[in-house]
Amino acid sequence: MWKKFFDWLNDRLGLNELQESLLERPEPKGNWWNTLGSASLFLFLLQGATGIFLTVYYTPSPDHAYDSIQYIMNGVAFGWLIRGIHHWGATLMVLIVFIHMLRVFVTASFKYPRELTWIIGVGLLIATLGMGFTGYLLPWNQRAYWATTVGTQIAGTAPLIGDFILKALRGGPDLSALTLQRFFSAHIWMIPLVLAGLIGAHLYLIIRHGESHWPTKED
Amino acid sequence: MSESLSRRDFMKATVFFVGGAVGAAVGIPAVGYLIAPALKGGAKEAWIPIGKMADMSEIGKPYPFSFTLVQVNGWERTSTSHGGFVIRKSDAPDDLVILDSRCPHLGCTVNWKDAEKAFVCPCHDASFDTEGAVLAGPPPRPMDRFSDFRVTEDGVLEIFYKEG
Repeated sequence: MWKKFFDWLNDRLGLNELQESLLERPEPKGNWWNTLGSASLFLFLLQGATGIFLTVYYTPSPDHAYDSIQYIMNGVAFGWLIRGIHHWGATLMVLIVFIHMLRVFVTASFKYPRELTWIIGVGLLIATLGMGFTGYLLPWNQRAYWATTVGTQIAGTAPLIGDFILKALRGGPDLSALTLQRFFSAHIWMIPLVLAGLIGAHLYLIIRHGESHWPTKED
Repeated sequence: MSESLSRRDFMKATVFFVGGAVGAAVGIPAVGYLIAPALKGGAKEAWIPIGKMADMSEIGKPYPFSFTLVQVNGWERTSTSHGGFVIRKSDAPDDLVILDSRCPHLGCTVNWKDAEKAFVCPCHDASFDTEGAVLAGPPPRPMDRFSDFRVTEDGVLEIFYKEG
């Protein structure tokens, strides 16, 4: 019964070919440092899942943002767990993505034909940091407020267009409800979509070129 | 031993139990998180102190009272105001009529008019006697009563409020 169903699906989806090209592709000898990309991908999916759950109760308005998070932490079953995973997962993701980048750099895996994989990876690092920056404001507590005040001011020191960047980030000259709302939008829609797209391209290139082998003494 | 577990069956059982444990560890918090507000007891009822019996000594005189109920939904608080009148029928502390001042017609707040000896609703001129019965006007039924009440040991009158 199950075999018949699988064969029917396989006939139409080509699952066997998919498995051969995705999972049974030739790879160099395994190494724990080579698992950091997969770890980053896992953390991205974990952040996505917990983040979607948090939007069930979180309210991106200055009146309710802080209270709604207090409610998640104290009033909702397992709310502390889901927010805790999202909070620590975010920190871990920045760390893992950064170590992943260091590994690629140290093993010179960015060389031909993988330069584009590297360039996309830089975009992924920046987008990950953008997620951290926008997510940091959402609790709307003192630390979040002043961190964003300082962060947007730093962006505002850019020559010539600095003032414009500051106002564009804040949605006006000051931190306000507009800032919170646009950071929320960036945090749950814009940057995640950019991340998902770049991850797709990154993975395609990895499957296309295969993993680079670990450098030997001759390299 | 014919009953010994084959390697394949052992792996199957292990995958089944470990997978089940992982599924439960992820699934139970996820479902619990989503349905948590539905599991909270929604019974809006409480004993509300409305005044000292000693301050309401005159028989037949309506003593007004009011109270505010605060309801918390998640991070939002809504407060609603309620009011009514206490009328002593005799010296016995439990011989009371406690009326809700909300007009049973459209919900306006009725006032006691001493000259007319009646509760009068400002919206449509309905009037009620001290028992709450309709004297005139459009209300479909007499004034609502708080029929559950008690007097505490230190002489405070409390009513039992229940939504609906």
